Amino acid sequence: MSEEEHQHPTSHYVKIWAILLVLLAVSVTGPMLEIQWVTLLTAFGIAGVKAYMVAVKFMHIDQTPRFVTYLVTTTLVFMLLFFAGTAPDVMKDHGTNWEKPAWIAAEAAYAAGEVSHEPEHH
Amino acid sequence: MAESIPVGHGSDDADHGEHGGHHEMTFGEKYIFPLDHKMISMQYMFTGMFMAIIGGFFAYAFRMQLAFPGMEVPGWGHVSPADYNSLVTNHGTIMIFWVAMPVLIAAFGNYLIPLMIGADDMVFPKINRLSYQIFLLSAVIILAAFFVEGGAFGGAWTAYPPLSTKAEYNLTPLGQTFWIVAVALEFVAFLLGGINFITTAMNSRAPGMKMWDIPMVVWMIVIASILFMLSVGPLLAGGIMMIFDQQVGTAFFDPDQGGDPVLWQHLFWFFGHPEVYVVLLPAVGIVAEVITVFSRKKLFGYKTILYTAIGTGVLSFTVWAHHQFISGIDPRMANVFTVTTLLISVPIAEMMFVYIATLYGGSITLTTPMLWALSFIFEFLIGGITGIFLGASGNDIFLHDTYFVLAHFHYTFYPIAIIGTFAGFTFWFPKMFGRMMNDGLGKLHFWLTVIPFNLIFLPLFVLGTAGQHRRIFDYTNFPDLALPWMQDLRVLATVSLCVMLGAQLIFFYNVITSWMSGPTAGKNPWNSNTLEWTATSPPPHGNWPEGLPTCYRGPYEYSVEGRESDFWPQDEPA
Amino acid sequence: MSARPIATTRSTSGMPTPRLAVWWVIASEIVIFGGLLGSYIMHRIAHGAWAEHAANTNVYFGTTNTFVLLTSSLFAVLAHQAAERGEGKKAANLLYLVIGGGAIFLAIKATEWSMEISHGMTITANTFWSFYYTAAGIHALHVVAGMIIMLFVAQTAKRNEELHRVEIIGIYWHFVDVVWIFLFPLLYIAK
Repeated sequence: MSEEEHQHPTSHYVKIWAILLVLLAVSVTGPMLEIQWVTLLTAFGIAGVKAYMVAVKFMHIDQTPRFVTYLVTTTLVFMLLFFAGTAPDVMKDHGTNWEKPAWIAAEAAYAAGEVSHEPEHH
Repeated sequence: MAESIPVGHGSDDADHGEHGGHHEMTFGEKYIFPLDHKMISMQYMFTGMFMAIIGGFFAYAFRMQLAFPGMEVPGWGHVSPADYNSLVTNHGTIMIFWVAMPVLIAAFGNYLIPLMIGADDMVFPKINRLSYQIFLLSAVIILAAFFVEGGAFGGAWTAYPPLSTKAEYNLTPLGQTFWIVAVALEFVAFLLGGINFITTAMNSRAPGMKMWDIPMVVWMIVIASILFMLSVGPLLAGGIMMIFDQQVGTAFFDPDQGGDPVLWQHLFWFFGHPEVYVVLLPAVGIVAEVITVFSRKKLFGYKTILYTAIGTGVLSFTVWAHHQFISGIDPRMANVFTVTTLLISVPIAEMMFVYIATLYGGSITLTTPMLWALSFIFEFLIGGITGIFLGASGNDIFLHDTYFVLAHFHYTFYPIAIIGTFAGFTFWFPKMFGRMMNDGLGKLHFWLTVIPFNLIFLPLFVLGTAGQHRRIFDYTNFPDLALPWMQDLRVLATVSLCVMLGAQLIFFYNVITSWMSGPTAGKNPWNSNTLEWTATSPPPHGNWPEGLPTCYRGPYEYSVEGRESDFWPQDEPA
Repeated sequence: MSARPIATTRSTSGMPTPRLAVWWVIASEIVIFGGLLGSYIMHRIAHGAWAEHAANTNVYFGTTNTFVLLTSSLFAVLAHQAAERGEGKKAANLLYLVIGGGAIFLAIKATEWSMEISHGMTITANTFWSFYYTAAGIHALHVVAGMIIMLFVAQTAKRNEELHRVEIIGIYWHFVDVVWIFLFPLLYIAK
């Protein structure tokens, strides 16, 4: 199987590239609807699909021994683990005997609908 | 016992002619910029030993200050508070990243992996050389920090922000960045080295060597390299963030400007805890080799140890926040991390039991390497058991940052980095240098190292539970901590340290005299099975110029019934 | 110096050593980017106010750059295809196209950054911009590294030597592409 996969004609790769470009167009236009779940879906769902296509069709991960897939999956799982262990602390603006004053102030200003605080206005 | 070395003729050995040692190498090619894995291993080994002497000297300087506050320390002079901080910081950093890592993983990995799996070299000799050069550069940088303005970084080896990111707090505007750059470069060096180890062990094994025929130490070094590789990434990213915080003025870790200091702690310990197992596993592997050879028994539960090691590796990614119980982390997460921390003691305990089962009923010879290996099991057990006290979050709140913690992790790291290294070094010395070490001197050195080691750190458990906090320059400022009996224990620890450091002179004397004029070792002085003992001692460039060996069986076939000799080399056809 | 060690030519795992090694390199890179982007994501989700900063990134530059990288990836895979067929010259030319793609990517990036910096959105402006420049900067470093290595690979491929290297550098380049595929929504589209 792996040998015949290598014999893909140029048109096969161009087709993949065209699909990737269509996906790119969708992921850019999706957020223009300004519906949050559509944005998240088109932005990150499509990023996942694109990454999968590049990994399979360009990097030929399906033609390498299975453990490579396991290895890549393992790294991703460990990153999820890192996220799960770290986020409960980092995603809070205050906790046991501490608080993040700058963050609390910025969020309060944002909630009050104050004008953008981009540095260009300073 | 006969030295008839069967030579395998795998099909891939056909082009061997163009590789042998027929070309003369210049001094530079051979010793300064070598491609030979054994020479690179020696570079790592001796750089690591040099750094160990420096790290030991630092320990001597700050222990003298603790035992005799304010004295002029011979060889250092007056220890100022800033000196004290940089000494403890760099003692920790150097001992872990520039001693344990290069010696246990890089030196033994480089030396043993190709020889034990029957290959002529690493798969990427030039990357191997590059790895050492980056490592050497990092060692120069960490030491250079002592000579720049402000001196070396003194914010502890964990480098928690904001102390580590703000020069106005740590007072080492250059030293702080030297520190993090050196550590990051060291990581890059070991990533390069680790990829080499993993691919070599996966791809270059001798014909016939199946998964379960790989010697345990090779497995362990490979698993350790994988653990390192999968855990170090976040810290490398964190290191870049820290450099930006220090020198560019970003605020990744500054809560006053929207950052988060606890993020660094997570990034650091997500690497930092697996790192303990990164250095532990090679030591465990070395001990496995030594105890099977000197108890003439098959390793009890080869696959058990292997699965245990892999299980430990996976679990080690889930325990990191037990270092942060008092950092204000989410208490619910503290529960989770307590459970995982207590869980991880199970596989390690299992490993120790398996070793004891290997020893059970064996015909044990108490050679120097065997003494080191046995003391590893004994001392590491103390380190492991005291870890359980600290893993329980409720208990940790009281013991955190006391000398109990310090004694605990020295009882783990010291058996790993010092005892494990000596076990391996004395065991493979005949292979590395072709001569036997003096056993009497070796045993003297052993006792004069291990007994003082216990006398240094056992008192520190007591001081820790009495409330002695870490990283304090002078305890006489704290009446509660300057009671006479406490000061006596401090003096005991310091004196023991001096004895232990002095005893290392015996080791160096033994190494030099044995290297020069010890009895010739021959190919296989310990009657061992693994493939490295079928090469000449020391092996030439290319290891087996007459043709690479073929493997026929597992590495631990000792005292097999119905055989005349009690060992059965891996390359001997059935 | 001398010929390759025999060790390099063996493949007990059933995979040529260079390809095996590049996958390990990628595994170690995933955790580098994973740690950085993980930290970014947790900040981004928690800080409602960051949406305001993120709205200032320029989607047009980002989209163009995604297009450039995807296209260069196509050339990289075609170079691999040519190398498989033994057409070293063609593979080298395709690699030069990939390098060109990388150069365009960096040029666009430089323009984009200069505009942002001149508008006061510097790396020290706030933590969002710190993450923005750090993540994109580390990615850009990987692009530069890939381009330099590719230059060497193209030199040997042109002489029909070491053609297997074309595949290896290609796999690395695709990985750099994949990282950008995730950076793009994280930094540009998710408002």
